[in-house]
Amino acid sequence: MENISNQTKNFFLRILNIPFAFLMHAIDLIMWPIQKIIGVRNMPYIFLLPNLIFFGLFVIMPLVANFFFSLSSGDELLFAERELPTTKQYDQLFDCESYLNPNTCTEDFFWRGVYNTIFFVVFQVGLMIFFSVLTAVILNKKIIGRGFFRSVFFFPVLLSPVVVGLIWQWILLKNGAFNAIIESYGGDKVSFLTDPSWAMASVIFVSIWAHMGFYTLIVLAGLQAIPPNLYEAAEMDGTSRERIFFRITLPLLMPNLLVVFILASIKGVQTFDEIYVLTGGGPGTSTSLIVQYIFTTGFASSGSVQNFGLAAAASMVLGVVLLFLTLMQLYFSRNKESKHQEI
Amino acid sequence: MSETASRIIKIATKKRYKNKYHWTDYFSYFYLFLGVLLMFGPVVWLGLSSLKTLAGIQEYPPTILPLSQIQVDVEGYDKPLPIFNVTQEDGSVKQLAQIKRIGINAKMVDPLNPGETVKVPIDKREKIREFKIQWENYVDPLRKYDFLLYFKNSTFITVVATIITLIINSMAAYALSIYEFRGKNFALVFVIGTLLIPLTIILVPVFYVVANFGMINSLWGVILPGAATPTGVFLLRQYMLTLPRELIEAARMDHASEWAIYWRVVLPLSIPAIAVLAIFSIMWRWNDFLWPLIVLSKSEVYTLQIGLNAFHGELTSQWNYVLSMTMVTLLPIAIIFAYLQKFITTGIASTGMK
Repeated sequence: MENISNQTKNFFLRILNIPFAFLMHAIDLIMWPIQKIIGVRNMPYIFLLPNLIFFGLFVIMPLVANFFFSLSSGDELLFAERELPTTKQYDQLFDCESYLNPNTCTEDFFWRGVYNTIFFVVFQVGLMIFFSVLTAVILNKKIIGRGFFRSVFFFPVLLSPVVVGLIWQWILLKNGAFNAIIESYGGDKVSFLTDPSWAMASVIFVSIWAHMGFYTLIVLAGLQAIPPNLYEAAEMDGTSRERIFFRITLPLLMPNLLVVFILASIKGVQTFDEIYVLTGGGPGTSTSLIVQYIFTTGFASSGSVQNFGLAAAASMVLGVVLLFLTLMQLYFSRNKESKHQEI
Repeated sequence: MSETASRIIKIATKKRYKNKYHWTDYFSYFYLFLGVLLMFGPVVWLGLSSLKTLAGIQEYPPTILPLSQIQVDVEGYDKPLPIFNVTQEDGSVKQLAQIKRIGINAKMVDPLNPGETVKVPIDKREKIREFKIQWENYVDPLRKYDFLLYFKNSTFITVVATIITLIINSMAAYALSIYEFRGKNFALVFVIGTLLIPLTIILVPVFYVVANFGMINSLWGVILPGAATPTGVFLLRQYMLTLPRELIEAARMDHASEWAIYWRVVLPLSIPAIAVLAIFSIMWRWNDFLWPLIVLSKSEVYTLQIGLNAFHGELTSQWNYVLSMTMVTLLPIAIIFAYLQKFITTGIASTGMK
């Protein structure tokens, strides 16, 4: 962070300075009397207050309210007009003859979402980590134009889900660029987004395309943390490159990869926007994931009434999964830190 | 420049491993070449195609450059007709305009002699193209549709939300790094706790809170819920912890108020961390989709992302406008990235967040 150019610094300063100083002086007119009254010791509470109010209003309170929503029924958003307490929502969500077959469930859309999400996360995360490591290892070599290649792989991360979705929807059209390339090599046209057996694969591909750069960057940072003297020693011994990779690079990268794996899973389970733009969860329900179910049930069911309770119950289920993944992340990142200290 | 160039040449020509290229070297360059094509290609392709006419976009197989077929007005026909080079039976080539295509034949007319029509097999004709940039793709949506408004909404949300985020996050980070006070650990755990609760699992109740404040279909309903970011507090706190305490003591000696210490001493020294957070916040806000989608349902408050998605949903065939507006949507972020890419990548690598 320290090596930012002075230009950027000055640029930010110059633009922000005038209105900023004005605002800050104005606030000081209020803050000074407050400090006189409550004393310097109590000032940190004043500084913390705005942020904590926001957290309380938009994170903690909603988290508590989510329990009430999931345990109450009715079509109204106001608590006073909802029936409390009831486990109706959870009963409905988990009402299945067989959990392995979504068709036997009352909320078959939810269970399809669950299975689609599992399928999506397994392949998306698996393939993404494979390609991230491959890319990072290549970018870690001494190659021409390394910075250029690094930005090329990274920049899709900055694109918005709508942009990603629209670009790829257009390229994967039946008469799109991808099919033109396939046909020019003698293949047959594929309906990437409207054929149920292809839609999921396309969605996974686009999702990897959009997020790979982020994980590549993290893996690259991990690779650069591997002490170079290990490689020098191996080179002296005339170890083959394949062996160096499997005996030095991969084992030392493992703690990093675990964290990347869990981070990617946490993000993967919550995937919504690119798929929403790309296929809208279709064709049918073949690419609709859990968050899509929550969104549709809670906010976008056309025709039928919005069911906030059911959406809240489904988010609670998602929350439990995420909590589990997060605890795993905390556990592994602590392990990683202690291992680093040993070295 | 020349220094970098000579360095690049040096690196390129330097051979490790007994002056032999290993197969992994070839593979690396092959992979990178493929990578550039796959990662960068779609966006370049988008940029080029956004300058084509609608007919040019729908053409299959597509052309790479914005070449469009020349059209001419022919007497007796309402619409301009596309012209082709047609190979005659005697081998000579003649320019004809196509009226319509029927199976493997095309009904064509000589623009100089509009009375007579001829039937031509379609494999005997070839399109006449010219290089033409369709700037209307960019101008029309801004004039005919509400994209200028969406752009303004997006800009407003991005700027205001970033300012609020920077101020309240840096205040919290200042309290959590400079002072010792009762409940500090509790506050820290509280902040970490919120890091673990993503928006996706509290969609319904946050919507409830926002609705209670009457902020549905208001830009503030998008700005406020995400204003306090645990990521931001952490990033800034870690940085502020490294600042020398003597400066703060000295300021206190000079009877500076605590607020003055915050904005005159600590904030200016934390500019690098604040800049990282500012860029993150701009990216988050500009690209935000799920939450605005829920809060904003009227078209006069749409952001660029929501507007673009809705526009595409309504007019699926207007790809020329969709492509150009997609370019407009991604351009601000692309420019920021081009200027500050090193900054962004080090920021992400050092915080592990995006």
